[in-house]
Amino acid sequence: MIPGPARVILLLTSAALLLAGCGLDSPMTTVEPKSDLGRAIHELFMNISGWALLIFVVVEALLIGVVFAFRDRPGREEPRATHGHLGLEIAWTLVPVIIVIAIAVPTIATIFKTNARPPREALAIEVTGHQWWWEVRYPELGIVTANEIHLPVGRAVSLSLKTADVLHSFWVPQLGGKRDLIGGKLNNLTFTADVPGEYPGQCAEFCGVSHANMRLLVVAQSTADFEAWAGRLKAPPAPPSGEAAKGHQAFLAGGCVACHTIQGVAAGVLGPDLTHIGGRKTLAAGILKNTPDDLARWLKDPPATKPGALMPKLGLTDDQVAALVAYLRSLK
Amino acid sequence: MTRGVWGWITTVDHKRIGILYGVTAFVFLLVGGFEAALIRLQLARPDGAVVSAGTYNELFTMHGTTMVFLAVMPLNAAFFNYIVPLMLGARDVAFPRLNALSYWIFLFGSLFLNASFFVNAAPNAGWFGYANLTAKQFSPGANIDFWVISLQLLGVSSLIAGFNFIVTILNMRAPGMTFMRMPVFVWMTLVTQFLIVLAFPVITVGLILLLFDRFFGTNFYNPGAGGNPLLWQHLFWLFGHPEVYILILPAMGIVSEVLPTFARKPLFGYPVVVYSGMLIGLFGFGVWSHHMFTVGLGAVVDSAFAVGTMLIGIPTGVKIFNWIATLWGGRIRLTTALWFALGFIAMFLMGGLSGIMHASPPVDMQQQDSYFVVAHLHYVLVGGSLFGIFAGLYYWWPKMTGRMLSERAGRWNFWLMFVGFNVTFFPMHFLGLLGMPRRIYTYAGGLGWDLWNLVSTVGVFILALGILVFIGNAVASLRSAAPAPADPWDGRTLEWAVSSPPPEYNFRNIPTVHHRDELWALKAGRAPVEAAPPPPREIHLPPPSFYPIVVAAGVVLAATGALTHLALVVAGALVVVFGAYRWAFEYRSSLGGGLRPPSDASPRGLRGQSPRSSGPR
Amino acid sequence: MTTPHEAVIGSTGLDHRKMGVWAFLGSECMFFGSLIATYLVYKGRSLSGPTPHEILNIPLTSISTFVLLMSSLLMVLALAAVQRGDALGARLWLFGTPFFGMIFLGFQVYEFATFVREGLTLQVNLFGASFFVLTGFHGAHVSVGVVWLLTLWTLALRNRLTRADALIVEIAGLYWHFVDIVWIVIFTLVYLIQ
Repeated sequence: MIPGPARVILLLTSAALLLAGCGLDSPMTTVEPKSDLGRAIHELFMNISGWALLIFVVVEALLIGVVFAFRDRPGREEPRATHGHLGLEIAWTLVPVIIVIAIAVPTIATIFKTNARPPREALAIEVTGHQWWWEVRYPELGIVTANEIHLPVGRAVSLSLKTADVLHSFWVPQLGGKRDLIGGKLNNLTFTADVPGEYPGQCAEFCGVSHANMRLLVVAQSTADFEAWAGRLKAPPAPPSGEAAKGHQAFLAGGCVACHTIQGVAAGVLGPDLTHIGGRKTLAAGILKNTPDDLARWLKDPPATKPGALMPKLGLTDDQVAALVAYLRSLK
Repeated sequence: MTRGVWGWITTVDHKRIGILYGVTAFVFLLVGGFEAALIRLQLARPDGAVVSAGTYNELFTMHGTTMVFLAVMPLNAAFFNYIVPLMLGARDVAFPRLNALSYWIFLFGSLFLNASFFVNAAPNAGWFGYANLTAKQFSPGANIDFWVISLQLLGVSSLIAGFNFIVTILNMRAPGMTFMRMPVFVWMTLVTQFLIVLAFPVITVGLILLLFDRFFGTNFYNPGAGGNPLLWQHLFWLFGHPEVYILILPAMGIVSEVLPTFARKPLFGYPVVVYSGMLIGLFGFGVWSHHMFTVGLGAVVDSAFAVGTMLIGIPTGVKIFNWIATLWGGRIRLTTALWFALGFIAMFLMGGLSGIMHASPPVDMQQQDSYFVVAHLHYVLVGGSLFGIFAGLYYWWPKMTGRMLSERAGRWNFWLMFVGFNVTFFPMHFLGLLGMPRRIYTYAGGLGWDLWNLVSTVGVFILALGILVFIGNAVASLRSAAPAPADPWDGRTLEWAVSSPPPEYNFRNIPTVHHRDELWALKAGRAPVEAAPPPPREIHLPPPSFYPIVVAAGVVLAATGALTHLALVVAGALVVVFGAYRWAFEYRSSLGGGLRPPSDASPRGLRGQSPRSSGPR
Repeated sequence: MTTPHEAVIGSTGLDHRKMGVWAFLGSECMFFGSLIATYLVYKGRSLSGPTPHEILNIPLTSISTFVLLMSSLLMVLALAAVQRGDALGARLWLFGTPFFGMIFLGFQVYEFATFVREGLTLQVNLFGASFFVLTGFHGAHVSVGVVWLLTLWTLALRNRLTRADALIVEIAGLYWHFVDIVWIVIFTLVYLIQ
């Protein structure tokens, strides 16, 4: 019936797949939520998965069982031509209806809970999506940054989501579900993180050639740590000295001011705010680490690292790059 | 029958058109599969460098567009064309030349779409082309233009076929074939055609608005000028959701034919299965915004669409139970066709269950745009539609080719595809739960995605091997000398009452039908025995015509002009008008005069030969 | 084989082509429905530019609407003439119907040219875009109908249209009446209800 080799493959595969269930550990996993939103979603997911697993086991077992039990063997009689059975039809229509109700009721409850207006004491954060980076503003705190969001654990955070160009979607799986960034529409994502940590996220709506490179980092911190970070970001950058001062000159001379903002230095709005780039953990929307080597790599040829990047290859010399790296890393 | 290539070019015979659809679609299945293989090779490892970002985005766009419009839909159409008239007891479809036109527009449209690769401008914004990425500002090349125009062409082809099959099924049933005696495959085809006729115009309008934005400077989807990108999503999914039922219902119809035949029992709950199909089609128009749960439509709207989507699971589940009940108490012959039908049920169930998870908006907040959805859609479209199609291939191959496929090779085909499919797509559930988004050309290591991506890539090659086994099986079958009998499976429906392959005119005498499963009734002696009328001496069939290919060529010429030069648009339009006029008047002047009488007693199908010419006009 | 211009009555008692046209008109309902929905969704949402209130000339368009409605009456007369074998009547009304259609199109062309002169273009705002696309596609449908009917008229002129052709005239009529009904909906939603 089943060819030998296929039988072996089938058994091995089933074993592997069953074992795979354990091990859904990952910085971007959705099954270990670290926020209230994440937990509400996860609870509902577990509920529905339970029903799904039950249905799967019962129906697949029935299917396999029926095929085994009634397969043609020598001596089997001609089957009786049954055309239907009203009672069965009613039963196997009603049971799914009941299951649907069992799933729909908690679903609707959770929908309303997760669509509720953000509480008044929520920390307001404005996120604007660009091809292919995230602009982040804290209007109440006077902070502007990019690609990295800090928030205090235990306090509600209300993200206002807009886009400057095409559709994007804000997704930090460990902190809950995603919400799209749509032109002409202001969307909101509200949640309260409950465990400190660093949570990577990624754009989840195809937005062009470097969609895969539009990543972000959310850092959930204790209130004290968050306020320290906020204080640092509010302050203007210290005046550069030494190599960094040379980089400062290169920055001014190199045309960077056309696209970037550095408080007190430049006011470009096409690219990310660089006032405190030195203190970020990643570069170029999460695709590079914030190290001198990676920063140099970026500066030398942005489109090579991020296809389609609007920041062009500037033809910088190695000296200019080194100076700029020193300057930018001094902007903490 | 007109001989040679010219015979195929001018054919209006539904069986030949079915074969044309089938072969063309199978080629594009391989093309789409090749695109998938490249995708999987790129994703096998983190920071992959097999293809560039730009190429990858073209690949996933073309893979989706090809598989939906150039492979699954026309493979379904191959069966609609070949089998439905036979099942109805008819000699052809209602509008044979229109049937040919559908095929030629499909072929030329498919070539047009793939021509984009050769000018390095393949569509690259996804098969769903969300605004406003598709605006000229963000997609300045010709990629999206190719996409818009190709979809319009393919849409026209499907619409025309839709009108044809609705009339054929409603109006060309053999005497005595009431609606409730039609085979379920015919019913599912009918519902599918209604879905096509009502859903495609909506995407036609969506694409027209996009075309106007890109070519004529309107701002339908431009938020900067007050336009709403969501208008595209609503129009697209108002089409797109019925489209997925267009893709699956024919496969459900095939399964509903294969199971009873090989269980040797009638379909359990025939009326319920039929009504479920109709309900699925009807409800399918009411759930489109479940593709938009992360858009922020609001709690009330989300709830309404969630409940609607969950409700569709009910008729679907009911069908599955009726299929299982058909097998219960049967005497099941495990042919390859049946294996694929069983695989369909098993895999479609899984796809349906992941679908129910997506139906819950809060859960979908995590799953949307992740690999969990990629798993879901492939379980229903490959595990579902494609397995159903393969069941149909194995079931109807003898009828269409007059040869048998090897059952032994068929089992290898099935198990390789089954295992390969699951190894490819089951891990994608994990990837989705682990936070991997869709449509990314690469990913970073250290996110826990590496292993499952590698496993999935391995699976693709097992799946491909299965397809290769099918091709080998098919080639060997066509080369073998042994002819297939008219009724190799002890069939129930009318196509098994004629030879394999059928004569050009299908039936000597149009049968009169007294039962569902008429053939079983006849063979069991339950049908009234009437004296068979003498076969007619001549059977007149619609003559071949080359106006369908002419009109199709004109349409595609105009389409090419849209991307190149206005003069070609005008030229194409003139060809269409010329072809349409000659078509409209093709029969008016060919009448009169006697037809050559046949020289022997058996009826001959005569394709409208007039004494003035022996070929088409 | 029956001659193709004779009716092919199928299992439902309807001719294939008549049923086919109804299926086609069903798809056209979805087509125009989507265009009308687009117009309604963008109603009042233009950021600038001429508004319907400023631009639309209801008295003028009422006349052209009346003309189109009358053309449907003429179509009915044309079908009746063909059905009773009245060759003269067939020629008269099969010309009259597209002639009125052409008058309607003439009014449309004049109207569109005026609007453009007054600043309403496809590009200027959402009203311009959705109005011109909706009414433009409707006008294209009327034009196809005009060509179709004039073709039937030339057949009538050459005495090639007989009683047996009543079906194809009826089918042309179904299309023509449908296009007329779509215009009534457009006129109501775009012009009358602002």
